[in-house]
Amino acid sequence: MTSLPAVEELKAWIEAGVPGAAVRVIPNGSPSAQHSLLIDQEHARTVAEFLRDDARLRLDFCSLVTGVDWLDTETTEKIKVKKVVDGVEQEVEETRKTKTPGYLEAVYHLFSMEKKHGPVILRLRTANRTDDAHVPSLTPVWRSAEFQEREAFDLYGIVFDGHPDLRRILMWDGFADYPMRKDYVPPADDPLVGVRP
Amino acid sequence: MVRLESGPGEIMEVSMGPHHPSTHGVFRMDVRLEGERVVRLKPVFGYLHRNHEKIAEHGAYLSAIPYTDRLDYLCSMTNNWGYVLAVEKLAGIPVPERAEYIRVIVAELTRFQNHAGLVGFLLQDMGASGTPLMYAFREREKILDLFESLSGARMMCNYMRFGGVRVDCSAEWLEEVRQLNARLPRFVDEFEALLRGNEILMARTQGTGVLSRELAINAGVTGPMLRASGVNYDIRKVDKYGVYDRFAFRVPLGDHGDVYDRYMMRILEMRESVKILEQALKDIPEGPVMDPKTRLRGLRPKAGEAYGRIESPKGELGFFLISDGTTNPYRYRVRPPSMINLTILEDMCLGRNIADVVITLGSVDIVLGEVDR
Repeated sequence: MTSLPAVEELKAWIEAGVPGAAVRVIPNGSPSAQHSLLIDQEHARTVAEFLRDDARLRLDFCSLVTGVDWLDTETTEKIKVKKVVDGVEQEVEETRKTKTPGYLEAVYHLFSMEKKHGPVILRLRTANRTDDAHVPSLTPVWRSAEFQEREAFDLYGIVFDGHPDLRRILMWDGFADYPMRKDYVPPADDPLVGVRP
Repeated sequence: MVRLESGPGEIMEVSMGPHHPSTHGVFRMDVRLEGERVVRLKPVFGYLHRNHEKIAEHGAYLSAIPYTDRLDYLCSMTNNWGYVLAVEKLAGIPVPERAEYIRVIVAELTRFQNHAGLVGFLLQDMGASGTPLMYAFREREKILDLFESLSGARMMCNYMRFGGVRVDCSAEWLEEVRQLNARLPRFVDEFEALLRGNEILMARTQGTGVLSRELAINAGVTGPMLRASGVNYDIRKVDKYGVYDRFAFRVPLGDHGDVYDRYMMRILEMRESVKILEQALKDIPEGPVMDPKTRLRGLRPKAGEAYGRIESPKGELGFFLISDGTTNPYRYRVRPPSMINLTILEDMCLGRNIADVVITLGSVDIVLGEVDR
């Protein structure tokens, strides 16, 4: 478990190995200190192949694939602005609301069976959280993602481009909604109705 | 059954399941056959889906523990352990040494009864009706009795807590485990002698359902199935979680990755579990099983995330948790080993006889409570 570099160094390795890839470190505040790397969609497949094949890393085992739903967030801040009121310049307090659009995230936990190290955590983000939210599929790189990406598609509605067999896996085919999304409203006869949110 | 093409080279589609006796619950396979040869196989599941993950996200950290019992309902102790390990990583909770030993003891007992049961079921699928399964269940019964006297429940133990275990075990209980453990090797000998060298067993299992080393790694196969394909990867050795670094035990490896190797892995792992139990029962220290300051109710881990994983009897059981600083997990995800091990079921069955599908599936070791969640 010693051969993995720090997450910043790993970012440098990826940027050196895959020219043009945009990698961002997402720090993790919990004691687990499992920081993750946000990869741009365009280079995701190449970065995944680099991580799998690089002799220093050999991340041959993609253990966990999952979706996460991040809702739109609205932050309110109070700021002081100078305004001219009745011909006199005054300092007035104003509230300004900034809206950050939500997105869906696919998270991949990678380990190496050869080198016995890990995890390296990759994140891919969709542009929005509508029904048409896309990320590239990593199933061609790691077969273990096949069923798990199908599950993220089924429950979160993330469309994995390039997946060989993207169908619902746990819900039935005629089901229309994505039940793991944070704003999912269950039908009235659902036993979870009335349970604290 | 649907005839897709008629005449020579006729293709038939058969729906095996969801109530086929070999599917261990409600699981279905859409199998396309040319004669008796499998040309396509698609697993269909979700019949037991209850959105376990959503339920856990609706409740506090503590209230998810009894739900984890119901994932792989044969191994509630290891399910508990996987989850509490992830919470301990997320919130940085220390575990007293005695609790770590008790966890090892109950987890190895769980592994033993799971493997015994699996071998029994596998032979049942091959037509050895009753006898091997009942031999396995006789031993499993004794282990479940021990779980009952420890936790109050035979299968839904709800025993572990983040920061330790719910109740301490008595000296008498440890003595009972010691006595049982002394008898277990004889059971494994008897079980193995009954079957090893059996011509039918050999003919049916050797060379059936072969899984190559490369595909096993790439497809994220874990547990005894991975090791049967010759990959030395046991999370007890790799992560050394709990106190597993203190015990001497070996990791059995297979050569061919066929059903026979997977069957032998279970037998050999049972023997290693007995060794671990022996050492843990000898070395277990006195002391508390839980720090009284550990907050169980209303635990609010700092915002962040953690992935914790253990070597469950079926493979890598992991839990991925994201905290937003409130009392409920923002994201709760189970890495279900038996669902991921199903990914390559089609690859193992293509070109084989339909009768081999049954035993290949049997050797994967699935529990639908975990596959469907």
